[in-house]
Amino acid sequence: MAPLASTDRIVSRRLEQSDAHTIAGYEGTGGYEGLKAALGRPPQEIVDEVKTASLLGRGGAGFPCGVKWGFCPPGVWPRYVVINGDESEPGTYKDRALMERDPHQVVEGALICAYAVGAAQVFLYVRGEMALAQERLAQALNDAYAKGYVGENIAGTDFSCDVVLHWGAGAYIVGEETGLIESLEGNRGMPRLKPPFFPAAKGLYLQPTIVNNVETVCNLPWIVLNGGDAFAEKGAETSRGTRLFAVSGHVQRPGIYEVEFGVTTYRDLLFDPEYGGGIREGHALKCFIPGGASAPWFFDEHLDLPLETGAVGKAGSMMGSGAVVVMDDTTDAVRAAWRVVRFFANESCGKCTPCREGTNWLAKIMRRILDGYGRPSDLDLLRDVCDNISPGLAWPPRMTTICPLGPSAVSPILSTIDRFRDEYDAYIAAAVPAPTTVSIPVRIRAKEDAGV
Amino acid sequence: MPRLTRENIELAREIISRYPRPRSALIPLLHLAQEQDGYVTDEAMEHIGELVGITPAEVLGTCSFYEMLKLEPVGRYLVNVCTDISCMLLGGAELLEHAEEALDLKAGNTTADGLFTLEDVECQAACTEAPCLQVNYRYFTNVAPAALDQLLEDLRAGQMDGDIPPHGTLHRIRQHIPPERAAGPALPDGGQAPAWMAPAEGA
Ligand SMILES: Cc1cc2nc3c(=O)[nH]c(=O)nc-3n(C[C@H](O)[C@H](O)[C@H](O)COP(=O)(O)O)c2cc1C
Ligand code: SF4
Ligand code: FES
Repeated sequence: MAPLASTDRIVSRRLEQSDAHTIAGYEGTGGYEGLKAALGRPPQEIVDEVKTASLLGRGGAGFPCGVKWGFCPPGVWPRYVVINGDESEPGTYKDRALMERDPHQVVEGALICAYAVGAAQVFLYVRGEMALAQERLAQALNDAYAKGYVGENIAGTDFSCDVVLHWGAGAYIVGEETGLIESLEGNRGMPRLKPPFFPAAKGLYLQPTIVNNVETVCNLPWIVLNGGDAFAEKGAETSRGTRLFAVSGHVQRPGIYEVEFGVTTYRDLLFDPEYGGGIREGHALKCFIPGGASAPWFFDEHLDLPLETGAVGKAGSMMGSGAVVVMDDTTDAVRAAWRVVRFFANESCGKCTPCREGTNWLAKIMRRILDGYGRPSDLDLLRDVCDNISPGLAWPPRMTTICPLGPSAVSPILSTIDRFRDEYDAYIAAAVPAPTTVSIPVRIRAKEDAGV
Repeated sequence: MPRLTRENIELAREIISRYPRPRSALIPLLHLAQEQDGYVTDEAMEHIGELVGITPAEVLGTCSFYEMLKLEPVGRYLVNVCTDISCMLLGGAELLEHAEEALDLKAGNTTADGLFTLEDVECQAACTEAPCLQVNYRYFTNVAPAALDQLLEDLRAGQMDGDIPPHGTLHRIRQHIPPERAAGPALPDGGQAPAWMAPAEGA
């Protein structure tokens, strides 16, 4: 698939434009035209346009956006819109770029969403660690209010809606939509059980709430101006339009690339000179994570898969948050898997036992293997713990936990045990018996003066 | 120990007024307290509880969930080195080790002069520019060990004061909704179809 021409890009059009974050720079390149056009049409038409576009959510779950909007129970008011800018899945870097470099596009997209679903207030939930994104959005909002694009009687119509900038304080799990809502209510960001707490029905303050990812809503101005059909013409099967992928790790040209969805392949993404540009000099591909840390890993034989939800799902993984992490032949598979597992262990919110206990044990067992204390029985033990978190080790996982974080920790372990068993075996063969004075020889991360 | 200053109470009230329920302002207010004092003090938590109408224990309950909210003093500069997968592949762990040597401490600790706290952190959403780190949540990307040394030196010499405020100050541009333009918070028990929906969907 030929690389996407820069004129065909939708959400990343302005990423290289140095003044795109200013209101003048945004208005000068068609900014807020989508909102104005939307306000001239009945809200239901906008919902239908987005359904025609077959826009899938870009936050990770890939749920059809227009369908989700339709889930708000009729006659229940007020409704809210919450834009998810908590981006923290390892390997994922695209929402921050959009918020920092084209913040008005986020605001405009959020307003179109609010208009379409009938939401009277929008919250932009930005990850706490992203100071610049918060500054850019704050400035964008201040300017947009002054220009009449946000607030009371937007652009002289009867559409009135505040957009409130909210910022988090560091917790990956808050990216999960019900955790996000808990956090926005001022609580610990622990996910809620779905059902009954599907946000579209019972979300913020238990009112109907549409949670959409930053990139998802950035598509809306274009869809309104160009039509859902034009969007759906790009791509294939379930995966229409264009989509951002962050390609990181051992490629020549790590970067954020907007590609035609559904038809571009992983090979294009990793090897095309316009995208990843191939594996670093003198090395070969070992494996890659096709869609964020939660996704089972892919190998050479998956390179020709198109970036299409169905195809990637059938092959046993997912595109998740559009993060592709590439590892070459120098990579220690056990260490790489451990690092991903450590992430999930650190970020488990602690609400479900299999996840809270399981992810931490997985990280400890992996750590002891790496530290040279592995036991021959450890691989079975790892699989057993995995099975307790994700019964049957199926893909997609059978859920026994409140959210998918727990089962996500299983992916890197199963992928690497299946494929790189020899590397585990080598660690374990070289292992020394554990010192008898310590029952569990793991290094606990603690402050030096913590007294442990 | 400090409660919120008069100016910060004003700011806190403005923030609270944007939300349908005061408690929703909790995290932004805790950041405000951290900006004022460098960390979140017990007194500030008590004060914030009064402002949003919950107990200090409830404030602590939320506060203690979040990595960025510090319940003890940290250095003027919080140096967060990412060692997560994309950064690990390109030397993130080695960069952290280098920082530990340069600062003569283990991650999770603060230098004796109170200037630096070093942390070993998870993905910062800069994976295509690995390895990366943040100082007080300002990004430094594609960081080589020598560049880290230079950065620490510049910070020590106070040469980055314009770019990097002391720990606690997050964004320096704040949202202000002009009262005459505000639509106002949508109260959860508001119950009415909004004007632009009314013809399409009855209340
Ligand atoms: C553990 C976990 C973390 C998540 N993190 C994010 C995130 O950082 N950003 C995001 O947009 N969605 C994230 N999601 C997905 C959200 O729950 C939700 O599906 C999404 O925000 C909906 O928006 P969309 O339909 O536009 O994609 C996460 C999900 C899970 C289970
Ligand atoms: S699966 Fe893990 S992160 Fe998700 S709700 Fe349960 S304990 Fe929390
Ligand atoms: S892995 Fe380091 S920024 Fe994402």
